[in-house]
Amino acid sequence: MSNVGTAPDSYLGAPYGLAAWLLTKDHKRIAILYLISITIFFGVGAMFAAGIRLELLTPKGDLWTSDTYNKLFTLHGVIMIFFFLVPSIPAVLGNFLLPIMIGAKDLAFPRINLISWYIYVVGAVITLTAVITGGLDTGWTFYTPYSSVSSQTAVTTAALGVFVTGFSSILTGLNFIVTTHRMRAPGMTWFRLPLFVWAMYATSLQMILGTPVIAITVLLVAAERFLGLGFFDPARGGDPVLFQHLFWFYSHPAVYIMVLPGMGVISELVSAISRKQVFGYSFVAFSSLAIAIIGFLVWGHHLFVSSQSVYAGLVFSILTMLVAVPSAVKTFNWTATMYKGAVTWESSTYWVIGFLGLFTIGGLTGLFLAAMGMDIHLSDTYFVIAHFHYIMVGGSLMAYLGGLHFWWPKMTGRMFNDNLAKVSAILVFVGFNLTFFPQFILGYMGMPRRYHAYPDEFQVLNVLSTAGAGVLGLGYLLPAFYLTYSLFKGAKAPANPWGAKGLEWTVPSPPTTFNFDEDPIVTEPAYNYNPSREVHVG
Amino acid sequence: MDQQLEASTLGMWVFLVTEIMFFGGMFMAYILYRILYPEAWVLGSHHLNVSLGALNTGVLICSSLTMALAVRSAQVSSRKGQIVNLALTIVLGSTFLVVKYFEYKEKFEHHLVPGRHFDMSLPQAAQQQLFFSIYFMLTGIHAAHMIVGIVLMFVILVMSIRNRFSAAYYTPVEISGLYWHFVDIVWIFLFPLLYLLGAHLGAHGG
Amino acid sequence: MSSHIVTPVRTYVVIFVSLLVLTAVTYLVATQDFGAMNTPIALAVALLKASLVVIYFMGVRYNTPLTKVVVIAGFFWLFILFGLTLNDYLTRGWLGVAGR
Repeated sequence: MSNVGTAPDSYLGAPYGLAAWLLTKDHKRIAILYLISITIFFGVGAMFAAGIRLELLTPKGDLWTSDTYNKLFTLHGVIMIFFFLVPSIPAVLGNFLLPIMIGAKDLAFPRINLISWYIYVVGAVITLTAVITGGLDTGWTFYTPYSSVSSQTAVTTAALGVFVTGFSSILTGLNFIVTTHRMRAPGMTWFRLPLFVWAMYATSLQMILGTPVIAITVLLVAAERFLGLGFFDPARGGDPVLFQHLFWFYSHPAVYIMVLPGMGVISELVSAISRKQVFGYSFVAFSSLAIAIIGFLVWGHHLFVSSQSVYAGLVFSILTMLVAVPSAVKTFNWTATMYKGAVTWESSTYWVIGFLGLFTIGGLTGLFLAAMGMDIHLSDTYFVIAHFHYIMVGGSLMAYLGGLHFWWPKMTGRMFNDNLAKVSAILVFVGFNLTFFPQFILGYMGMPRRYHAYPDEFQVLNVLSTAGAGVLGLGYLLPAFYLTYSLFKGAKAPANPWGAKGLEWTVPSPPTTFNFDEDPIVTEPAYNYNPSREVHVG
Repeated sequence: MDQQLEASTLGMWVFLVTEIMFFGGMFMAYILYRILYPEAWVLGSHHLNVSLGALNTGVLICSSLTMALAVRSAQVSSRKGQIVNLALTIVLGSTFLVVKYFEYKEKFEHHLVPGRHFDMSLPQAAQQQLFFSIYFMLTGIHAAHMIVGIVLMFVILVMSIRNRFSAAYYTPVEISGLYWHFVDIVWIFLFPLLYLLGAHLGAHGG
Repeated sequence: MSSHIVTPVRTYVVIFVSLLVLTAVTYLVATQDFGAMNTPIALAVALLKASLVVIYFMGVRYNTPLTKVVVIAGFFWLFILFGLTLNDYLTRGWLGVAGR
């Protein structure tokens, strides 16, 4: 990679050598370490997805045994959630950009940042060990008592892997919170921050408050399995629904941990492609916080079909409807930003529009599921699968790719082929809809999730879905090629290739190790594209 | 320096919030099962040695005092104060663990450790076993945190001996102290919740 | 603790003695039968002891408002976990739906 980077003092060049990278304290290098790791795990998770979709081409369970199929969907979920989606935007884009966006030289605790990556790697190795030594067939949700008593797979190992990786999340969140509070440059008030920073901050709150609960929960499952201590086993007086409460207390906020960063990316992209201040900046900022907080109050909507009381179900149902409001506010505001903006059709625009369409569908279908009455019928069907993939993949993953492209010149100092990027975005959008829209229909028609065989009448839609997955896979593969190619042959990137506002565009591409030669002094609001038109905020 | 101490203090408190939530999950299990099985909870509690539990509570409170004094010694650049108080903190923390060891040994001898050897002839045996699962998990993870704390204190002690801390820089002592006090606070809740249930009904164990 | 304010030894000792006294109170109250009030009293005393440790030993009284918010938020989130979970268990059967 000696061709990468422009200036000789870019963070990529010096200090040189493997040890310099593996012992780095530079947030930008750590971001690259994470980028490589999560990309590998995306590939692993995608392999499992391929296994699932291939099986579902035919109604009979003829490709894998049901036991193997159970392992495929479980591992697809575990890997994609814990080892790809949760770290993705925060650990790659957040790590890289947060200090620069606020005008700092690094995060508050650089060594803890590096340790968080090593913890991620250890957790990943432990989980891969689980994959090899028997796999996991409990569903990513680890429901007891199957996971804690009966399953013959490597549950304890996998639980420990998830436990360890959780600390990576916690340390990242801790770092971001302290950094945002304490290391903003002079003049960088809260209301001049890029909305991406607000999103990282809100995400970090959730990481801090939620992740420890899943940590103790999987530890209790491991203890039940390994030490015979009964917590969730009815035979020993335990309550499986308690597990569900504890598990979803984290895992619901976890989905916001996965989507809030994506929303932060979209705020940045939407403003850049429209050459306009984000409409209703403070509403978007407060919505991030609202999502982070209300997101902790809704977990019981995952327990509608358990023995949870109907009364509690009503409470959770209302709160779940409430949490949709700030997301809707943001979606309206992004759209309003583009309205009468000077929108240009570079590849970022494609990712943004793709996100807006897919996230809206995903979000609206969440409301279907929030209604307890509907959820009774749709729970554990493909409707739920389609809903969360629209948000996680149509939303978060598209935002991640959009962000990766948008900031690629900054991170690597190279320009990529924009036309190929547009092709990728289109392939992803088309492939995604082809894969997952049929699943809404399948779910509505009653096809249950986590089954490797299904009635004949569902085949056509399943075939469409698998075909879509192929197109989607192509859309993901393409960037791997042209982005890697750009590292060697791409045009050298200027400091501000997109003409965007933000402190990251005032430093070279790629930045130097300490980002700024002197502390920047901030005097403008964020997204100050049209100073004469704008009312100054903050 | 002040800014760095402040940032580190904030960071440590953010971490302690994660610890609150971590123990919180276990406390939630405790609360739920206590509501579901109140008599078994009282029966289980009666097997615990209140005197040893109270002794340990006192030991930890003393260690919090010595810890606070150790931080104060660093604040006033007293090397001797730091060394004495940190050493005392370590001794007291270790005492706690030794007492815990004897308590666990007693449980083992009385067949109160959940699993194959649990005494199933006890009244409400399944639920008492649940009580003890939670007892061992809560106190076990607490003890693990104590061990980490003691190791941390050794590191700080060595650094103190090497005169690394003074009024100008004592951040590591401060944040280690915060961790230590937190572990004490967890025990402050554990003692009444585990040891003192139904104490008014008499018939203590041990 | 702020690096400027040094708490006097005497303050620490007073808090220390208070904590020991409160521990004794906890024990004595537990040996008396106050019916349903035993648990709330025990928890209230424990909360008081914890507060003394947080405010004085951990020095939160001299910390920034932000740190204080962090401390309170931590305990508040615990109550969200307890509260909404118990909101399930304690309301079973309230709406007359069979088994729920």
